[in-house]
Amino acid sequence: MWFYEKKLQYPVKVTECNPRLAKYLIEQYGGADGELSAALRYLNQRYSIPDKVIGLLTDIGTEEFAHLEMIAAMIYKLTKDATPEQMKEAGLGAHYANHDKALFYHNAAGSPWTATYIQAKGDPIADLYEDIAAEEKARATYQWIINMSDDPCLNDSLKFLREREVVHSQRFREAVEILKFEKDRKQFF
Amino acid sequence: MYTPIKCYQPYYGPNDPCPPIGIKCYQTPPNLYLGFQAPNMQQFPIQEALYRGTLWPVLYDPYPTPMKKGGK
Repeated sequence: MWFYEKKLQYPVKVTECNPRLAKYLIEQYGGADGELSAALRYLNQRYSIPDKVIGLLTDIGTEEFAHLEMIAAMIYKLTKDATPEQMKEAGLGAHYANHDKALFYHNAAGSPWTATYIQAKGDPIADLYEDIAAEEKARATYQWIINMSDDPCLNDSLKFLREREVVHSQRFREAVEILKFEKDRKQFF
Repeated sequence: MYTPIKCYQPYYGPNDPCPPIGIKCYQTPPNLYLGFQAPNMQQFPIQEALYRGTLWPVLYDPYPTPMKKGGK
């Protein structure tokens, strides 16, 4: 069960109407390494992972939904007052034809989200290694978007989200250490 | 010494169409080096931690990498 707090995890401010940036940001909304993929991946894998790390997947999976909500707020703000002409110029003509200004779970190239983006192998090490890779890929995606964006307010929020990817990767790496720890072997330091 | 960024010079061929970018860099964030986090590490003040996205200075990785940390 979840509790909903009616605020964003980190404030989202957008300097200017910029539908082109929204087109890139949607990669983190409905892309392979986006926040939706991350949330669904972790919250599903947790059922078949050792008890010691279930809580970690629950916590991180939940936070990913908070990130998804921030990305949604960014995309909405960047496009809500754009004219159809501006949408077309930004490469969002096809999106406008299909969805008007509505958000949709697809990537920056317009491919709809698919469950094939995520895996649950049932092997704890395989699943956690996938999660670590997913966090690093999401971190890289944030870097590429920051590199293309000249909106300082938006970049501030994106840098926060990038840092969270670093922390999540660290925690998944620690989860691997917990699962591979051999308690009967002598520890040497 | 730990550096959050590594750079190399990609080969530039005589028939490559675009002007060379010179050096190419990639990020190596602190989570690659930390191992299992030790207890009682230094923390940011809580307000600052909420702004930075982490409670732990050891995990804070500003991007783009600042000049003094090897950024360009």
